[in-house]
Amino acid sequence: MDGTTAALVSAVFFASFVEFVEAFTIVLAMGVTRGWRSAITGTVAALIALTAFTAVLGVAISTWLSESLLQLTIGTLLLIFGLQWLRKACLRASGLKALHDEDAEFAEQTEAAREADRTTYAGIDLFGFMVSFKGVFLEGVEVVFIVVTFGLSADALGMAVAGAVVAGVIVIALGVALRKPLSRIPENTLKYGVGVMLASFGTYWALEGVGYFRDGEESLHWPGGKVALIVLVAGWFAVTRLVIAGLGRSRTSAPTEAAA
Amino acid sequence: MRFLKAFGLFWYDFVIGDDWKIAAYVVVTLALVAVLAVNDVLSDGATVIVGTAVTMAFFALGVRYDARRAQR
Repeated sequence: MDGTTAALVSAVFFASFVEFVEAFTIVLAMGVTRGWRSAITGTVAALIALTAFTAVLGVAISTWLSESLLQLTIGTLLLIFGLQWLRKACLRASGLKALHDEDAEFAEQTEAAREADRTTYAGIDLFGFMVSFKGVFLEGVEVVFIVVTFGLSADALGMAVAGAVVAGVIVIALGVALRKPLSRIPENTLKYGVGVMLASFGTYWALEGVGYFRDGEESLHWPGGKVALIVLVAGWFAVTRLVIAGLGRSRTSAPTEAAA
Repeated sequence: MRFLKAFGLFWYDFVIGDDWKIAAYVVVTLALVAVLAVNDVLSDGATVIVGTAVTMAFFALGVRYDARRAQR
């Protein structure tokens, strides 16, 4: 495994890990309040839908897009996702946005679940099923995008899938062992790190893929080739630290935006 | 119709997220880089460096703008 693939697998692993932690909190809340049968059925249904979505997305983008258009499409999406994660990380680090807290999320979900009416179908509580399905599917779609885009761009789809699967297995194992929200995991720090990785790979591929508009659709070439990725990671880290330092200096008594 | 609206909203929320400015400046930056690349204004290396610098500058300004709005 070369350095780029190792970085890619790490990024996929940590991105998947934080998304699975969030999905686990929702499923746990539904399980303890609405019953495990509906929570697990909703989770399994979402996993089946995600598997189908992964297959369609993977085949579609690898079959229909030329190399440079693939880089441009994938890079643009990763760059947008990465900058969204980094924006939240900067606002959180400077105290302008509340830190994501799994205990608070769990309390909110269980309260809503206790107040909801009970409607059952074939012995399954529909509220618990739908909330579990939506939670796992929505968090999972982002994982699927990251796995498919990273995997196809670096021609290492198997490794990317393995990174996500290992993350999922670890989260489930920890969740089953602890039987409570995984709030001690440094989720906000992990999200910051993943944001830097997504923004770096996104910048690299999106700008490379702009070559699609040239005659011959030849990708643009980075100075130093893949070594430029290391410079991009350092660059995005430095920019975010400068932004956070600047916000810290200018902050007075700002209201804190709710976490998302 | 309701399904189409929900489908569209899901993808808008998924790609654009809660800050539309990010998608907007990424597209503007890539359009600028495309103009430079198509017209061979700079070498490939210089073009991607300019693109990176512009993206980073937009990001820093965008977050600063959001922070100022939050402080009001």
